[in-house]
Amino acid sequence: MSKQPILEIENLHAGVENKQILKGFSLTIYPGEVHALMGLNGSGKSTLAAILAGREGYEITQGTVKYLGQDVLEMDPEERAREGIFLAFQYPVEIPGVNSTYFLKAALNEVRKHKGLPELDAMEFLSLVKEKVKLLELNDDLLKRSVNEGFSGGEKKRAEIFQMAVLEPKLAILDETDSGLDIDALKVVSAGVNRLKRPDAAQLVITHYQRLLNYIIPDYVHVMADGRIVKSGGKELALELESQGYEAIVKGQSVAA
Amino acid sequence: MLSVRRRNERLNQVRWLWSCEQPIQQNGNDAGDPTKQFGKMSTATEIESLVKQEYKYGFVTDVETESAPPGLNEDIVRLISAKKKEPEWMTEWRLKAFRYWQTMKEPTWQFVKYPPVNFQDITYYVAPKSQKDGPKSLDEVDPKLLETYEKLGIPLRERERLAGVAVDAVFDSVSVGTTYRDQLAAKGIIFCSMSEAVREHPDLVKKYIGSVVPYTDNFYAALNSAVFSDGSFVYIPKGVRCPMELSTYFRINAAKSGQFERTLIIADEGASVSYLEGCTAPMRDENQLHAAVVELVALDRAEIKYSTVQNWYPGDEEGRGGIYNFVTKRGLCKGKNSRITWTQVETGSAITWKYPSCILLGEGSKGEFYSVAVVNNRQQADTGTKMIHIGKNTTSTIVSKGISAGRGQNSYRGLVEIRKSATNSRNFSQCDSMLIGAKCGAHTFPYIEVKNTSSSVEHEATTSKIGEDQIFYCNQRGISTQDAVNMIVNGFCKEVFKELPMEFAVEAQKLLGVSLEGSVG
Ligand SMILES: Nc1ncnc2c1ncn2[C@@H]1O[C@H](COP(=O)(O)OP(=O)(O)OP(=O)(O)O)[C@@H](O)[C@H]1O
Ligand SMILES: [Mg+2]
Repeated sequence: MSKQPILEIENLHAGVENKQILKGFSLTIYPGEVHALMGLNGSGKSTLAAILAGREGYEITQGTVKYLGQDVLEMDPEERAREGIFLAFQYPVEIPGVNSTYFLKAALNEVRKHKGLPELDAMEFLSLVKEKVKLLELNDDLLKRSVNEGFSGGEKKRAEIFQMAVLEPKLAILDETDSGLDIDALKVVSAGVNRLKRPDAAQLVITHYQRLLNYIIPDYVHVMADGRIVKSGGKELALELESQGYEAIVKGQSVAA
Repeated sequence: MLSVRRRNERLNQVRWLWSCEQPIQQNGNDAGDPTKQFGKMSTATEIESLVKQEYKYGFVTDVETESAPPGLNEDIVRLISAKKKEPEWMTEWRLKAFRYWQTMKEPTWQFVKYPPVNFQDITYYVAPKSQKDGPKSLDEVDPKLLETYEKLGIPLRERERLAGVAVDAVFDSVSVGTTYRDQLAAKGIIFCSMSEAVREHPDLVKKYIGSVVPYTDNFYAALNSAVFSDGSFVYIPKGVRCPMELSTYFRINAAKSGQFERTLIIADEGASVSYLEGCTAPMRDENQLHAAVVELVALDRAEIKYSTVQNWYPGDEEGRGGIYNFVTKRGLCKGKNSRITWTQVETGSAITWKYPSCILLGEGSKGEFYSVAVVNNRQQADTGTKMIHIGKNTTSTIVSKGISAGRGQNSYRGLVEIRKSATNSRNFSQCDSMLIGAKCGAHTFPYIEVKNTSSSVEHEATTSKIGEDQIFYCNQRGISTQDAVNMIVNGFCKEVFKELPMEFAVEAQKLLGVSLEGSVG
């Protein structure tokens, strides 16, 4: 493939204070691809997502991360977001008193400004919202409330995907978007994510369960343990994981290594 | 978000409870009647001769530039009164206040620190400044100030006025003011400067001035009563709903009311009025000490809504040169089912010390207090309210939002007193503090006194920090840290902003953003 990768992570080592969390993580993602990242609790999946999004407080000791050829580690988190990196949070944050629609409009207009597009006014934004609401069968009452405040676990996850639908990122990182969703919601959210698939964009889906991958069909599945990818494969790897458990795969891998 | 819930906090600062235990003079005001305390009255001729003495103190005759020498004594008080062509009773009232003030000590209980004020260094009478003294154009004005105006979106001509630029043409707001005054007069509404009211409506002024805040009330109220410069006077007649928001913007004498402002608003039976004080632009003033008094009187079924945006100069990053704002604001719900609402957004001044309060005397009356107080850098604010329930079935609501950034110290001080007579009364108080950064402080001092068993008081307090999580979440959606802080803070203050008149609320939000600039990251 002669296409430029969307994301290129090479031998990334990172941690907090004296704790190493990522220990030689490498991954390349091309446009149009869906990658699933699986792994035990505490293996470093959310840390990776946070570093990609630019959260402060991590020390990067080795390795490089390129997003569309640029050194992403040099960019502010808001700049990365405006450039098209979107993180659907494992634990979305509540912002009391800030209206969800207002928040999302501010976010979209930042992206548009960055692209040199005119900002949307309230009316234009609302018609866009109406269209996207249908896509996700979102209860539009949520949009009248404060950002994530008092939302149920599942509502928060849906709201994240809704934001993604409005912002149309180039690289979407979904951190355990499936956890906390009932089976119906899972179908709706996955259908939404699938519909957001574009040939020029990519998705990195972090999950523990093969279940999600019945709905979001990944091109690649990676298994992570102790800060790096220990095994990669096609979607059948997820099935293997489900039937044999992580231990066998991780162990088998380390023996082989 | 970190959140600590404190209930029924009670601290032992009894001295604050009511600096004077006799605040309510139910039948008007004996203070206005000089014969009660002083056997002999000064006569008009005496005043005249006093005015003539002025040269002795070095007054310059040029009307444009004259001012008194610094310091305060009875002659200065007389001079102020004479310059304003006040009737004798007013002069006497001022003198009584002055004599009382001399017996008082500056209060020290508030949670603020500042070097002592030398009251003999202050100039108590300054004639309206000549245009010659101001900057000639915006080019001569501090660029930092101009930058702030720009951010607040204040119209160019308004900027000139705020910065004190000499403008030759008759200014818009003056002519606007006059048009509105005609409209108001048609409804019998009086809206004028306090000086004018003393001359033109002496009966009303005499009846009500000092009836809510007597000069004996506290140190600064006594000082204000002796030397007050000017302020607004509003009277809304029976059954009249004031057709527009009254604002100091529209007041003819708005430009410089001086450091000892005095405002009196009376809503007669069934009347209603909404009054806006201040403006969101930062106001520069050479006078460091501001000690205003505001009195509100609501008769049967009357409603008064008083909204303030206070944005005096807070001083530089080290707090140098800021204004000390020591204000006494009190409303008397005198009539049945009357209602007084105080809404304030306090972002300015080096030191703020104010407790807009309600005395709920009339049966079924309502008092409300909605406040946002912001401190940044080295600002200190000690603010809150007092709700004194005297009448039956009275209710009060307190919503206070304190925001501290930099090294700012923010204290909420609230008193809810339900007297024995105030059966079936209720209060709800909510005091939330938000901290931005690690060097600032928030303090809550609620005092609650309930003297009957049929009433209820509910107090809630929370303290939260703007979380890094919240800011990162916003960043991840493309929103800059500064915008994120503004958004989060405005969300926090929402309950108060919705009480402000529309345009004011929009301005207040912007103002908050400017005040907190650079507080994070
Ligand atoms: N700020 C931090 N301080 C200390 N330890 C941290 C910090 N952030 C992450 N860790 C640790 O790093 C490891 C990886 O955490 P991370 O959240 O990335 O795991 P994860 O793979 O997302 O797990 P899960 O599947 O449970 O969501 C954990 O042991 C965690 O406790
Ligand atoms: Mg995780």
